[in-house]
This record gives sequence, structure tokens and C-alpha cells, in this order.
Amino acid sequence: MFARGLKRKCVGHEEDVEGALAGLKTVSSYSLQRQSLLDMSLVKLQLCHMLVEPNLCRSVLIANTVRQIQEEMTQDGTWRAVAPQAAERAPLDRLVSTEILCRAAWGQEGAHPAPGLGDGHTQGPVSDLCPVTSAQAPRHPQSSAWEMDGPRENRGSFHKSLDQIFETLETKNPSCMEELFSDVDSPYYDLDTVLTGMMGGARSGPCEGLEGLAPATPAPSSSCKSDLGELDHVVEILVET
Amino acid sequence: DIISTVEFNYSGDLLATGDKGGRVVIFQREQENKSRPHSRGEYNVYSTFQSHEPEFDYLKSLEIEEKINKIRWLPQQNAAHFLLSTNDKTIKLWKISERDKRAEGYNLKDEDGRLRDPFRITALRVPILKPMDLMVEASPRRIFANAHTYHINSISVNSDHETYLSADDLRINLWHLEITDRSFNIVDIKPANMEELTEVITAAEFHPHQCNVFVYSSSKGTIRLCDMRSSALCDRHSKFFEEPEDPSSRSFFSEIISSISDVKFSHSGRYMMTRDYLSVKVWDLNMESRPVETHQVHEYLRSKLCSLYENDCIFDKFECCWNGSDSAIMTGSYNNFFRMFDRDTRRDVTLEASRESSKPRASLKPRKVCTGGKRRKDEISVDSLDFNKKILHTAWHPVDNVIAVAATNNLYIFQDKIN
Repeated sequence: MFARGLKRKCVGHEEDVEGALAGLKTVSSYSLQRQSLLDMSLVKLQLCHMLVEPNLCRSVLIANTVRQIQEEMTQDGTWRAVAPQAAERAPLDRLVSTEILCRAAWGQEGAHPAPGLGDGHTQGPVSDLCPVTSAQAPRHPQSSAWEMDGPRENRGSFHKSLDQIFETLETKNPSCMEELFSDVDSPYYDLDTVLTGMMGGARSGPCEGLEGLAPATPAPSSSCKSDLGELDHVVEILVET
Repeated sequence: DIISTVEFNYSGDLLATGDKGGRVVIFQREQENKSRPHSRGEYNVYSTFQSHEPEFDYLKSLEIEEKINKIRWLPQQNAAHFLLSTNDKTIKLWKISERDKRAEGYNLKDEDGRLRDPFRITALRVPILKPMDLMVEASPRRIFANAHTYHINSISVNSDHETYLSADDLRINLWHLEITDRSFNIVDIKPANMEELTEVITAAEFHPHQCNVFVYSSSKGTIRLCDMRSSALCDRHSKFFEEPEDPSSRSFFSEIISSISDVKFSHSGRYMMTRDYLSVKVWDLNMESRPVETHQVHEYLRSKLCSLYENDCIFDKFECCWNGSDSAIMTGSYNNFFRMFDRDTRRDVTLEASRESSKPRASLKPRKVCTGGKRRKDEISVDSLDFNKKILHTAWHPVDNVIAVAATNNLYIFQDKIN
């Protein structure tokens, strides 16, 4: 799973955190699980059988689940990163094809991460990248990813660089789910190593108690600004290689 | 190879299985034989043939799997048997016929088949039919291709015995058995903008007696009944069956587990049964608001939905079937378990299809899954269940109490104990 570090928390929020820690713990546990479920779903959408057409029913169901989570998170106003999970983070060397990630999304728009960035300087590039991503956001497909008829240049319906997925989420646009399925001319790359790292952290995390939880009422102290946790992580990947 | 479909014919004498490798294997029931009383009711291999081959769609650079998704028999009209078998894209009509006689004594050719020199023929003889070893031949009689953009999930023969329907994720087509180059589209739920797609067709079936009526189920847990007399394109349903959601059990997985994996009419035509991930529901065709019966198949999995989502098991498509008198229904589960529900007595039983737990001709022992607390000796705990051993396909003999259960690549046939 992509890391969601404590450093993501908003400044000036600390008093609230301490005061309502107990309540927050349950809520943030739910949010964490929900986030994990979201990540898992996105990974599932990404995975495609290279040779055979993906199962449309399965894809539609997963996509609907993602939409549900997204709607709920939008209502909560929470895109924030939750809870220390840095330990589960996949080692960067296992995340492959950063060059391609670069090329696919950032390269064209001329966006590039600030040089010499380490773990402690993540606020800077985040704010720098914000306007860039919103400019990129509505990406017009040539044909829908569901579309099975008609020729396509790349194999499989759901080839997408990961940052495009997250970028789509960041726009928090109710219609951004549709963009998830837009077929883009992204180069084919092997997801296996990326996903191995991502899925490693997912074993026990999301699967405890999430099923029984009804969609949550808005968190009591969701005054946190929306956070770009995943985006940060991608930036770190880009920068460190 | 992994069995992907199981189907008895109308008399129950033949049982067809299709597998992932595109093969069809047909079993035939042994006739009662006083000299071999034990073999009554045994099914032995009758015919094996390769129905579908893998194909490659060059336009999309994708393989088309040869896996047989469904087999449906046609009612028998003469000595030969006919069945429809389909993979993701192409439906084929196969004729299975027996040959147990051979003609000998032709005039124009000798026994080897070589033509005889006409000048050497001095007398005329009438060819005589002589018995030979039984040979069962399967030949493709019709190939219904190129009508489906998406993957075919169902075929259903109409009660008029002339037409049949085929359904894929977004469309349903009507065919005439004699005509292969044309089919009529009767349902189309493809949205104008594919990005708005949120629901797909999961199964479809013709009514057993009313040749103008069919139903189709969706991934959102709804069933639509359509009447072909109302319009050429049956996009508007005549009846809409949906059970209102229970708000207390809502979760992110609610929609996925409500997705219907199979729909089957009862033999009477009065009811239909749907299978979703955790339950089997019986609906009265006259009541759209909710099912008349709900049977829990493996409710203990409800707390494990997240794990089952992660390992994709939540997308498994289980089938269900009625017995001949519609008094009982059967469906599969995990760990090679299958469940049978008696609608009259309201009793249910869990049985296992595996070599270890049953000897030939021994009665099956009911199994029980322990859901929590202390596990009794014979029980198995939920965490010990093997989710790779899934029984997706089962079939019930149309008349007798004989059932066929497909457990991955093994076929089990069980029947009532004979005295």
C-alpha cells in the first residue's frame, strides 16, 4: 500500500487530535480500511489478463465499489492520509518503471518534481504539483475502456499508469470515475513488481471489520484539509530515481 | 481439465459436461440389467469431442477462450441427440448419433471402398446391413458466430423448439436453430456512453412453457421478465423483480454480493430461482416485490467478504438447479461442499463431493461448518475451508433423484440409495 505517514496531518490540528483521540481512532481505523479497500480496488481494475479480455461483470462491480467509496469520501471531505502505516511501505526499489510513470503523465505537461527532495520536504512539491494535476485532469479518451469493439492500440482495457488513476481521484469531480475508464495511449508496462509491493501490505489491513461497517457518518473532526498522500508518494518515487 | 458446465438432457439418460479445454464429454445412463444389478443407473462415457478451439481476435489482439460456458440440450425428435454448446463468442449445434450397423455388399465398390471396374460386375446384389461395434459420432451441424461483442454467459432453448436465445454482458440475441447468418437483438443495455456503464446482464432463460417470455438477471441483483410480443426490442421489461435492500446490513460489498450469478425457472414455470453470492432465492412470477423464499447458502462468509474480495472469490459465479418436482433446490459452495434445500420440509443439508470423504455406494455424511465458539469433532471451521475447491456447477436429473456435481476437474454423480 502506498504510505500514509503521520506527516500528512494538517498543522494546527494537534489539539483536536489529542482531545478526541479515542473517537478518532475508530474513525481513522475505518478510514484506513476504506482507503485500503479503495487501493485494492484500483489495483484490481489495473490488473488485466494480457491475452484474454477482462471479465466485464467483475470490472463493473469493482468500479461501482470504487465509486461508492469515492462518493463517501467526498461527502466526508476526507482525502486525508490516515494512521502510521509507513512500516508497510514497499521498498522503492521494487517500484518499477518510474521513467514510464514520468513520461506518461508529467513529462508532457512539463511538470517536474523539485530536485534533491527527500522525505522531509514533501510539502513543497505537493503544492507545486497541485495546479499541474488539476490542469491535466479531464483527459479525453479516444474510446472508453469498457469498449470492446473497435481496434485498440494497447492490449487490455485497463492499462493505465497509476498516477493517472490517482490524479483522477484528486480532482474530486463527481464524474471523475468515468475518466478512470478512459482509454489512454499509455505505454504497456509490467505491473507485476509494482503490484507485488502494493499488495504486500494489504493482507490483513483492510479485512478486519470493514465488511460490517455501514458507510460512516462524517468524522467528527474532519477539519483536516484534503491531503494528497498518494500523490506525494508518487512524487517521491519520481524524485528518488 | 476443469469442468465448466454440466447438463442433463430432457430424459436424463444423457449427461453432458463441458470443460475449460473446449471439450464436451457425454455420459449415458446404463440400462437396467438383471445380470449386473449394481450398474443400474451408472453413467458411463458415451461420447467425447472437441467442441471449441481457442481463437485469436486479430483486431483486438485478444485470445478467445475455448472454455465451454454453457451446454443446453434440444428435446429429442429422432434417434439422434442435439445440443448447443457455447464459448465466449460462438455457439455450435452438435448432432450426436449412433452407428451400429454397416452396409456390406455394394455393387460399385468392394469392401475396401475401392471402386470396382464396371466391366467386372456380372451380377447385382442387394447390400446387407450387418451389425458393428457401436460408434457414437458427433458432428457440428450449425455454427452461430459473430453476433456477440461481449462474452456469452447464457443460452436457452425456447419451448417452441425452433428458437433459442444467447446472452452476453450487454445484449441478448434471438436465433432460429436453422439460420446461422442472422440473429435478432432483443435486449440491449449498452449505454450510449460506455463510461456510464454500471450494470451488466449476468444470466438469461426462456420460460419453460410460454415461448414469448424470458427473464434476465443483472449484476445489481435485479431480474427483468420480458414479453417478446410487446415489442421487437425488449428493453422495457414487463416485470421487474428486486428485493429491497436491508439497510442494516449495508456495506461496500452489498452490491457485489447481490449480483445474480444464475437464474432458473422451475419446471412448472410458476417460480424462478436466483443465486447471488450468499443465498438462493425463490420468486413467484406473480410477485415482483420480494422473493417468496430465501435460503442461506453460506452465511458464515458474510464476515469474510473483504478477504473474499481480495482473493476474487467474491466474484465466483455459482449455479443452482431444481429437482424434477420443484420440491428441492441445490447449489454449490466452497470446500467441495454443496447444499440442498427441501422446500416442503424446510430442511437443508450440506454434503461434500470428494474422494476422501465418500466411498462409492456409501451414503454421504452431512457436513457442518462451525461458525464460532467451540468446534465439534465433525465440524470444520470457516478458516479451514478451501476456497480453491469450489462447486460452481451442479445438475439434477429431470425425473429421478440423481445429481451431478462438478468439483473442479472431477465429476461426481450421486443418487438415492437403491434397496
